[in-house]
Amino acid sequence: MLSIVRSLWLVFLHMFHKRETVQYPEQKNKLTTRWRGRIVLTRDPDMGERCVGCYLCAAACPVDCISLQATEDENGRRYPEFFRINFSRCIFCGYCEEACPTYAIQLIPDFEMAEYNRQNLVYEKTELLIDGPGKYPGYNYYKVAGLAIGGKGKGEAENELPPIDVKSLIP
Amino acid sequence: MVTIYIDHKPYTVNPGKNLLETCLTLGFDLPYFCWHPALGSVGACRQCAIKMFRDGDDKQGRLVMSCMEPVANNQRISIMDPMAVDFREGVIEWLMTNHPHDCAVCDEGGSCHLQDMTVMTGHAYRRFTFKKRTHVNQDLGPFINHEMNRCIQCYRCVRFYKDYAGGEDLDVFASKSNVYFGRSEPGILESEFSGNLSEVCPTGVFTDKTLKQHYTRKWDLTMAPTICQHCSLGCNIIAGERYGDLRMIANRYHGEINGYFICDRGRFGYEFVNSPNRILQPQHMGQPIDSDKAINEISELIKQSNVIGIGSPRASLESNYALKKLVGDSNFYKGVSKQEQALTELAVSILKEGTVRTPSMKETEKADAVFILGEDLTNTAPMLALAVRQSVKQQPMQEVNKLAVPEWNDAAAREIIQDKKGPLFVATVAETKLDTIASKTFRAAPQDIARLGFAVANLIDSSAPNLSNLSEEEKTLAELIAKSLLASERPVIISGTSCQSDSVLKAAANVASALQKRNKNTGIVLTLPECNSVGLSVMGGLALHDAFEKVKNSKADAVIILENDLYRHGSAKVVDAFLSKCKSVIVIDHSQHATTTKGQWLIPAGTFAEADGTLVNNEGRAQRFFQVYEKANVKESWRWLSSIGSAAGNAIMQPWKNFDSITAALSQEEKNFNGIEKVSLSADFRMHDGQRVPREPHRYSGRTSMLANVAVSEPKPPEDLDSGMSYTMEGTRALPPSSMIPFFWSPGWNSVQSVNKYQEEVGAALRGGDPGIRLFEASGKQSSYFTNVPEKFKPVENKLWGVPIHHIFGSEELSAKGAAVSNRVPLPYLLLSKEDAAKLKLTEGEAIEFEIDEQGFKLPVKLCATISTGVAGLPVGLPGLSFIELSSWGVIRSLK
Repeated sequence: MLSIVRSLWLVFLHMFHKRETVQYPEQKNKLTTRWRGRIVLTRDPDMGERCVGCYLCAAACPVDCISLQATEDENGRRYPEFFRINFSRCIFCGYCEEACPTYAIQLIPDFEMAEYNRQNLVYEKTELLIDGPGKYPGYNYYKVAGLAIGGKGKGEAENELPPIDVKSLIP
Repeated sequence: MVTIYIDHKPYTVNPGKNLLETCLTLGFDLPYFCWHPALGSVGACRQCAIKMFRDGDDKQGRLVMSCMEPVANNQRISIMDPMAVDFREGVIEWLMTNHPHDCAVCDEGGSCHLQDMTVMTGHAYRRFTFKKRTHVNQDLGPFINHEMNRCIQCYRCVRFYKDYAGGEDLDVFASKSNVYFGRSEPGILESEFSGNLSEVCPTGVFTDKTLKQHYTRKWDLTMAPTICQHCSLGCNIIAGERYGDLRMIANRYHGEINGYFICDRGRFGYEFVNSPNRILQPQHMGQPIDSDKAINEISELIKQSNVIGIGSPRASLESNYALKKLVGDSNFYKGVSKQEQALTELAVSILKEGTVRTPSMKETEKADAVFILGEDLTNTAPMLALAVRQSVKQQPMQEVNKLAVPEWNDAAAREIIQDKKGPLFVATVAETKLDTIASKTFRAAPQDIARLGFAVANLIDSSAPNLSNLSEEEKTLAELIAKSLLASERPVIISGTSCQSDSVLKAAANVASALQKRNKNTGIVLTLPECNSVGLSVMGGLALHDAFEKVKNSKADAVIILENDLYRHGSAKVVDAFLSKCKSVIVIDHSQHATTTKGQWLIPAGTFAEADGTLVNNEGRAQRFFQVYEKANVKESWRWLSSIGSAAGNAIMQPWKNFDSITAALSQEEKNFNGIEKVSLSADFRMHDGQRVPREPHRYSGRTSMLANVAVSEPKPPEDLDSGMSYTMEGTRALPPSSMIPFFWSPGWNSVQSVNKYQEEVGAALRGGDPGIRLFEASGKQSSYFTNVPEKFKPVENKLWGVPIHHIFGSEELSAKGAAVSNRVPLPYLLLSKEDAAKLKLTEGEAIEFEIDEQGFKLPVKLCATISTGVAGLPVGLPGLSFIELSSWGVIRSLK
């Protein structure tokens, strides 16, 4: 008897508590920056495509929903010829982001991707690529890698010595 | 057998090996860089350090390099000793100080020995904060990409390229950590084996440039074991596919044939599979037609007409057999010229009925005297040239053995050998790349090469036919060759069909049988024109010429041409007449060529990558190649033919369901192919866990996304009716049987170096025995000598004796269609001696007009210092050069 009254009293008190239910979609919940939602491909600080087509995200993906094909531009810079994510399969685990050596692939705080047609959940590079560096503003992979690409020759990357003159006789 | 103790546990092992090999054979994961099973040890990288103890009481021990220590009885070593583990980690940390932050854009990543070894030693964190040294790269041609920053100075590239493969243009420059591996100046790598650098290099300094064009990681490829189709040796390869394109060819270890290496034609010749010239849809009169409709209409057509079938030496046994059964035995023709037919039959009879056994390539490597007659091996059978390069080290190696230096101790052995070379005699029409290692070379017309062979045979055994009027020079040379061959323990005679002379083959057979009487270890190796020349020859059938006759006499009006460009086997005039006389021409092939343009019906056959089949190589070894991937509308030729046969009511073909039923029929019906079904396991084969062997690695990616752009629902993966392999990543994780290894991979060993886990013993046969079955061994039925010694070659005024010159890139039909290889194909020319050119007042590059085999040519002249006067070399099979029946007289028509 006493417990029923106690429960009623507790429920009554809840009428004066702060509401947890959010009136979505009129009202939006605040998502943290590290929230794992929709996947994007980002760009370097100098606006080059960050993705170098290394296939690590695809290999890390537990549902195998990422496919791409690497290719090279005339300067020797690698980029994906196509980059496809099948979001109808994606489980938003974030392994791809973790595997990415160039910070190209990032999960962002957005989950509003519902579609009536499942086919529309297949995102190509045009849907994935954004015009900015995303969560990691400063990083530029090609400034660290030893590969020469257009505008950056051998020995011009960070922490590199100028190329060796093989024919030099100086010890 | 001796006992060694590794970390206190006793193991019984073979003596004579080094500890590294032994540990790897026993299954231990011991890191290494500079050691390579085919190249031996130099102890340069210090990566394979282990602890060695004096005896059971020694607790201290000392660090040794396991690759430099021979196995000894009661040896006590430790791999897991903390000091050894620390040392190895330290070594790799130093090696990595200059290694660039490149893995993401490096083609080696995912199949990188350096990655594997770094993970294996546990080096995970970079403490070196100073600047990295860098290098400028070189353009090394269409095959190999150069990225020198990644180098860890293991020296394996130059040891392979220079010491093993005899290349001269790759070397090491500069000193200390500035060491640079490359050419003295950028340019195309000259060696025919340069592609192996991509597998020999433990990291990404040398990588496959053709793979780079459509780069895919090893884990993303659908791979299957297959056989190289570009010469008669039958090297084992792995082919990998992604997104419907063939992406790369890698070596597949075979202890008896190719070992660890393949040639560049085999590695880079695959691009014809992706060529836009492929036939991908059945066509009738140039219009696409549905497959079923095509099958029905063709089956009606052949019921109503007298049909003949033309087989092909580059099609599988099954395809040729299916054609033979479809058109009837008497209507089956081999699809090779009369001369090629005769030469191939002679070669096969020498191998089959002669007295001398044909050794495998591995045995040829161990030969201690080699005599080559008429064959430019580097261009006709490149891997055999590589084997010959090893054979000249055999005789000097005896000195190494005498000094009790183990053969695997490469640096010491080379120090002892210096420039000494074993006996190698090269008798060819023009200079060859093997000349530099030959003891003596002989340049002459094929007739005179044969005469030299006959003379040698006569000197070895006087009951062999004698010949007169040899020049003094030839006599001394023949005596020297005979003496060297007699003095050797394992002599090998090499010849082949490429100089289009039966006398040369007969002379080689005579030398071999004469030697055989004195030395039972003699071997004879013959090279043949195409990948299945032996198989087709054993199957039987008449030559192309006879098919022409039959149609000319109106005894047949329809022809099915199987994977064959007739214009490569007969002159344009004759083939044109033949094809226009035929009412119906049905061409089954994978790529467009001159013959397909004349076909009313075109049926899209699968290339080796889209087909299963069996090929017989030059030693009579039948080997199975497995389909790599499915392509819509494209099927194996034998599948098309058996569908047509079934529709036409052919009683033999109706029960044929898959590859197994065809091979079973072949094995039953043709006595020469008895037991051929044992070459590979049946389609019902499953591993002990009841699963198939997966063609895709377990890390294969993108399954639910690759085709999502077409339809978001994934299609059912194709089923394999013909083998116990699956087209997916699902399947066994256990070691597959040796005949169906789709890729080499082992936990912790992602690179091709994991092959040691698949071998009984490092460098020996694959576990379960090397795949393939020899169909025949020399029976000795034909023990008498060939007697018809040819006449001495005499130049004729205003005429030139045309002899074929082969090119590794260009002379073979399929490889030349690929983009990378076509870059290396020479332009047609006429090879002329300097004397003849002077007589004709021609200089290098000037055009000469001549007539040969009823065809007129105008070609630029290339001068050669060594070719005999009166002889002209004509390149074979180059694009733009029509078929010529060589060797024959050519008439010089006019000058300039």
